[in-house]
Amino acid sequence: MICDAGTGHIGGDLSCADILATLYFHVLHYTPEHPENPDRDRFVMSKGHCAGALYAVLAEAGFIDADELSTFMAPESRLNGHPSRIKMPGVETSTGPLGHGLPVAVGAAMAAKMENAAWRTFALLGDGELQEGSNWEAAMAAAHFKLDRLTVIVDRNGLQQGAPTETTNTLEPLANKWRAFGWETTETDGHDIDQMMGVFDGLPLKAGHPSCIIARTVKGRGVSFMQNKVEWHHKVPNQDERARAALELERAKTS
Amino acid sequence: MNAELHDCRDAFAAELMRLADENPGIVAICNDSVGSSKLGEFQKRWPERLVNIGIAEQNMVGVAAGLANGGKIPFVCAASCFLTGRALEQIKVDIAYSNANVKLCGMSSGMAYGELGPTHHSIEDFAWTRVISNLTVTAPADRTETTQAVRWAAQYAGPVFLRLSRMGVPDILPPDYGFKPGRAVQLREGTAVTFIANGTLVCRALEAADILEQEGLSCRVLNMSTVRPLDREAVEKAASETHGIVTCEEHSIYGGLGGAVAEAAATSRPCKMRMMGVPGRFAPTGSASWLLDHFGLSPANIAAAGRELIHSR
Repeated sequence: MICDAGTGHIGGDLSCADILATLYFHVLHYTPEHPENPDRDRFVMSKGHCAGALYAVLAEAGFIDADELSTFMAPESRLNGHPSRIKMPGVETSTGPLGHGLPVAVGAAMAAKMENAAWRTFALLGDGELQEGSNWEAAMAAAHFKLDRLTVIVDRNGLQQGAPTETTNTLEPLANKWRAFGWETTETDGHDIDQMMGVFDGLPLKAGHPSCIIARTVKGRGVSFMQNKVEWHHKVPNQDERARAALELERAKTS
Repeated sequence: MNAELHDCRDAFAAELMRLADENPGIVAICNDSVGSSKLGEFQKRWPERLVNIGIAEQNMVGVAAGLANGGKIPFVCAASCFLTGRALEQIKVDIAYSNANVKLCGMSSGMAYGELGPTHHSIEDFAWTRVISNLTVTAPADRTETTQAVRWAAQYAGPVFLRLSRMGVPDILPPDYGFKPGRAVQLREGTAVTFIANGTLVCRALEAADILEQEGLSCRVLNMSTVRPLDREAVEKAASETHGIVTCEEHSIYGGLGGAVAEAAATSRPCKMRMMGVPGRFAPTGSASWLLDHFGLSPANIAAAGRELIHSR
């Protein structure tokens, strides 16, 4: 998708791919043929620049045909560079500018709580975007309103667009920050699907509190020359790199 | 015209209560502004449907989008200066671009906060909001139009920005008036000049027309409550049937009603125009009514602008 489009955010796509797969194929309840089903679980992709990974999962989950993935960022495509609620089924809110997803997820969780509804709300946040203050406004409110059917997953790959998070604007001690804001917080390996399934199965982490799962991930995961390399935030692989990456990912799948 | 003045927030709150009584999906959300948004009664009656999110406007607007996603019809009630200025990107992305069924209610807009100063004046909000696609922007002129606009917003499935004042205004529109978004209402027929006004300036434009009437100049007065989508047809008619247009708004002369009317006129039927509003500078200290007069928004001064336009070549 990214190679054909000539643009994208491959590093962050790969860091969150395992999290998205676990959510869509183990955790979330949804009906792709009725994407607006009022009883669906809500998933908010706050790190909207990783739309590529989201579209791949939405296709696998049946919201769109896999064929449509080839239109990624093409003129008139529903697969905009950042997910759009008015274009793409399964997208709960348009994202792209950072720090927007969590407030919306808090509102959705609040609506469910008002109705005593069974559906749950999940939001996937990048780590870099936690530098946006709106997240902390929302984090404070989620705990205040005791939204224990709300779960945040932080894709903690440690890198933002231009540099490590810790040399840009320190996030650590990250888990304790969430705890201080009233969230029951745990850490997991964001590439260990069994471990993540175990954490998700135990939600809420504590009754009466929103849950935060800090998923330790590797930006560019699965492709040796991309892993933990800042430049692969939005670099596009050339033909040779594409082939090598595909080979490495295929090997990882079969191993 | 009934000379008694009314704070339109009362009409807003009363109608919101009636709507909430009819539709359990309606909720209110505010930023520590229960009192200034006149939501005290609402909170007493439905404490679980009044979300006071605290002093956090970006979160407030995002939460409203989420509430709408969960099937609610949120009315976001906050001082217009903070609602629009602080949360503009949320308004663009979470509400308008996501087509969230959220009603943004900007309270105490314009110069209403008077001596509190330019930090609290909201004279940029038309400019900021009316350039956002898929957002209806409307400023009712009196309590009747406020009531009807609130009712319309509740049944309309989509994003709305209602710009409300706290400054007292007289009754202007008849009780059977039917608010239609994007439709100007002619309050006075005339051919000498057209005053196009909205919000708190409509009553002043009518008084200006009275002054000129006594001089034998019959003036048209349009209440252009909705600045997006704009009633281009009414602008074109005013441009072709009268000698020109004077816009009147409690907003900066840049980017607001005057700007919208000028865009419509310039691209269809160019005409002479004068724009009455707050000039491009921060206000000195003073009460709201003092500031309106200071910036030339008295009926006499609006009439003078009309007179000057008629006699200009």
